[in-house]
Amino acid sequence: MKKIIVVGNGMVGYKFCEKFVAQENAENFKIIIFGEEPRPAYDRVHLSEFFENQNAKALEMAPATWYADNGIELITGERVADINRTEKTITTAKDREFAYDYLVMATGSSPFVPPIKGVEKEGVFVYRTIEDLEGMLAYAAKLKAEKPNAKAAVLGGGLLGLEAGKAVLDMGLEPHIVEFAPKLMPRQLDTRSSQVLKLKLESIGLNIHLSKATNQILGDKFITGMEFGEDDILNVDMLIISAGIRPRDELAKACGLDVGVRGGIVVDDTMKTSDDNIYAIGEIALYNQMIYGLVAPGYDMAEVAVQQVLGNSEVKMAEEIDMSTKLKLIGVDVASFGEPFMPASKGHSIIFENKTEYLYKRINVSLDGKSLLGGILVGDASDYNMLHQMYLNDMKIPENAAQLILPASDGASAFGDVTDLPDEAQVCSCESVTKGQICAAIENGEATDVAGVVSCTKAGTGCGGCKPMVTDLTNATLKSLGITVKEGVCEHFDLSRQDLYQIIKVKGYTTFNEVLDNHGNGGHGCELCKPLVASLMATINADTANKEYAIQDSNDRFLANIQRNGTYSVVPRVPGGEITPDKLIALGEIAKKYDLYTKITGGVRIDLFGATLNQLPLIWKELISHGFESGHAYGKSLRTVKTCVGSTWCRYGMDESVSFGIELENRYRGIRAPHKIKGGVSGCIRECAEARGKDFGLIAVEGGWNLYVGGNGGATPRHAELLAEQIDNETVIKYLDRYLMFYMRTAKPLQRTAAWQERLEGGLNYVKEVVIEDKLGIAEDLEKEMQTLVNKFECEWTQAVNNPEMMKRFNHFVNSKDDDDNLVFVPMREQKMPEPWK
Amino acid sequence: METILDTYKATKIEAVNVWFKAASVNDFPADGGACVKYKNKQIAVFNFTRLGKWYACQNVCPHKMEMVLSRGMIGDDKGIPKVACPLHKKTFSLESGENLNGDLGAIATYPVKVEGNDVYIGFSE
Ligand SMILES: Cc1cc2nc3c(=O)[nH]c(=O)nc-3n(C[C@H](O)[C@H](O)[C@H](O)COP(=O)(O)OP(=O)(O)OC[C@H]3O[C@@H](n4cnc5c(N)ncnc54)[C@H](O)[C@@H]3O)c2cc1C
Repeated sequence: MKKIIVVGNGMVGYKFCEKFVAQENAENFKIIIFGEEPRPAYDRVHLSEFFENQNAKALEMAPATWYADNGIELITGERVADINRTEKTITTAKDREFAYDYLVMATGSSPFVPPIKGVEKEGVFVYRTIEDLEGMLAYAAKLKAEKPNAKAAVLGGGLLGLEAGKAVLDMGLEPHIVEFAPKLMPRQLDTRSSQVLKLKLESIGLNIHLSKATNQILGDKFITGMEFGEDDILNVDMLIISAGIRPRDELAKACGLDVGVRGGIVVDDTMKTSDDNIYAIGEIALYNQMIYGLVAPGYDMAEVAVQQVLGNSEVKMAEEIDMSTKLKLIGVDVASFGEPFMPASKGHSIIFENKTEYLYKRINVSLDGKSLLGGILVGDASDYNMLHQMYLNDMKIPENAAQLILPASDGASAFGDVTDLPDEAQVCSCESVTKGQICAAIENGEATDVAGVVSCTKAGTGCGGCKPMVTDLTNATLKSLGITVKEGVCEHFDLSRQDLYQIIKVKGYTTFNEVLDNHGNGGHGCELCKPLVASLMATINADTANKEYAIQDSNDRFLANIQRNGTYSVVPRVPGGEITPDKLIALGEIAKKYDLYTKITGGVRIDLFGATLNQLPLIWKELISHGFESGHAYGKSLRTVKTCVGSTWCRYGMDESVSFGIELENRYRGIRAPHKIKGGVSGCIRECAEARGKDFGLIAVEGGWNLYVGGNGGATPRHAELLAEQIDNETVIKYLDRYLMFYMRTAKPLQRTAAWQERLEGGLNYVKEVVIEDKLGIAEDLEKEMQTLVNKFECEWTQAVNNPEMMKRFNHFVNSKDDDDNLVFVPMREQKMPEPWK
Repeated sequence: METILDTYKATKIEAVNVWFKAASVNDFPADGGACVKYKNKQIAVFNFTRLGKWYACQNVCPHKMEMVLSRGMIGDDKGIPKVACPLHKKTFSLESGENLNGDLGAIATYPVKVEGNDVYIGFSE
């Protein structure tokens, strides 16, 4: 039996093992793989997801048991320290020796840290491993506890730097990107697109500093700033270095393998190094004098090395390597493919730019106008997959190539359909999966849905960029076979939210068990389907959250917002933000009595934090006695209708925004929807209520109100779009009743109006047809259903405090009146906060 | 913080030497839970009506060490009865205590018995 030693258990080293054991004569070989990191190989490409869920297991390429099950010996946490090429042995840092017949170097690369004075200070990080991220999270948490507006910078404005910048933003620190070059993503973008990208990133809160050479890192023990030149200082509390990568070729150098001048082990097109028994693959391999910092070429190299070791010497690395990339930041579309920059001698460029919408699209077309050579997309990369395929397969392009990037006027696509792709089109370049393989998996019954296609072809498991196309192809193939596509909400139901809505309504179900027993897949429900059914029942039967409280989302179950330490915050409704001095005093006195941290919310009301479960009903009894009612801040329901002061006081006001805001808030209070709903009413076009950032917004103009719908703040900000102009109060209510009810009937679980509206076929135009022109003939039903909800409104807190049976829910213990003794508060700016998490 | 977790040790029914009478059956919602105080311990107890079974586990979620699991929603993950923490939706098997959607340590589970109208939790001391 021959022995193969793989040095480096990263993405590519793992892929080598996976591909190897799938081969027929794999059992004649024994593989030992060494990894320096403490855990088995994980998906570095999706490393940033760790910020969201801190779930290292979810990132694993395969669990440790997979290696054992396939006869592979996995040794983690042990670095290979030396290679003896004459004896064909390696020695580890723990001084253990192993013999090999073939050695595969897959040591990847490490972040390049420029030799800047002070980089060793505390608070300076690199971005490569799970341990790096854990370090950043801990440091950021500490910073935030000490300093409310801490700042963090990223050194490097490339692909990775921008991803790090977004991570900083999501960690709640003020993000700064510092780039040495005069433009962002210098390797992928031209100057104009990089300019547009800069504007877009600034609009979501990233601060961009270009043409900055960092001279030194300031601070004593830990970083306090960066100095770019005399008097040019940026104060920051944390720094993430993302200034490129350096191949980890120290081992190769020490044993005399050929390496490039700027690092990397030299390989030929069989992945062989200067030693016949040693191969190099992934980010360590210098092929065509290039290190490819992407995973797809690394996987191709793994395939070549596997075949070469097995003696299939005809399998070689392709000459040209596709470097097309799409940035995977939520809410910021950027992609470049083929040849993004093209000399004028080779072809012509067609460029579309619209800075007001942060849009830039460029395609490069051959001189004869027949083929696509490359391009750049910023702001909207939804056509990336199609364009990329056209480029890869040298597909025919329309006579007027500009159609490929110009906004379509009639909704018709210049691309045709995914099914038009040739069978050999490579849809997933990470795993080299073709369109033909995807369709075949469905046609021969191996897969019946997207998850099935992904698990049997592995398409979409690399960078994930092809997922939308895999989904489209799967759905189109299923459709061509006459199979309807299922959109189940979770493992317990194959039905979509819309299906469940219809079923509950038609059958008149009133409990979760009825729905599950009659329409579920067996099983007992979960945290996805239970609150969903609860919400639908509320929409259909006008139930409050008190009805079947054990299926409510935790916040709805206790009618309050759970906070970091398991205490709750309390938000009474303050319609339109109008409040009398007496009520304000009452709020203050109650907050004082129960020692609650008090803050004005983003939705112009007052939030009282730190109430224990036991205190909630006591607090609410007092609030109700002062005329307050639930504000539903805890529900997927109407939050607030924010108003400016309007014509009642303002010298510019065109209409009474406060009066109308109050009317709307009181109309839609308590209704349960797929997600939260916010409204805004501005008295004039100065828009002080920021109504266009809300799910519905009104702006008073000459002759009535302009009604906007589908706006959103949050992670993916969207301006609401104009639904109707110059309409009166009555028409506003009529359209809003229809719009909201249509949304509540047809959206997906937890889909805000913005995403729903965008994904409706036909978009805003379709909304107009349904809501204004009543194309579906359902407008009257929608209005009636909404009116029923309005008529049946009941304050659920008033319900609860008047019912001793319901009150039982609000005890921390069932067998004691004690409070949770685990709570620790610490003082902060004359109030209190929960002790920071350790 | 480690000390909180040290308070809770998974207990098998064979090892039980104290059956603590916690509360009565109707103190717990159908297919839901509530928290029981026993000495210095907080125990989450669930009435899994659909399965006709009762489960108990530590109330503290090992993710951020907050006393909240009893307020979590229960259900199943491919047949394994589970509870989802209300803070970050970490899910744990109510049988083995294992973290089903992450790599947190297992939570301690305890045996429950119902006699007449009374719910008892088993401890080994
Ligand atoms: C945040 C981030 C985002 C990314 N996004 C993308 C993307 O969108 N698209 C894309 O294509 N690529 C992306 N990449 C790049 C991609 O992750 C790499 O191309 C890929 O991981 C390279 O795989 P590798 O196995 O060659 O190296 P690695 O994954 O780095 O693995 C090498 C392993 O070898 C170990 N090792 C090194 N020396 C030794 C030794 N002497 N003994 C034992 N073990 C050793 C290292 O500890 C490491 O675990 C991203 C990278 C990062 C960090």
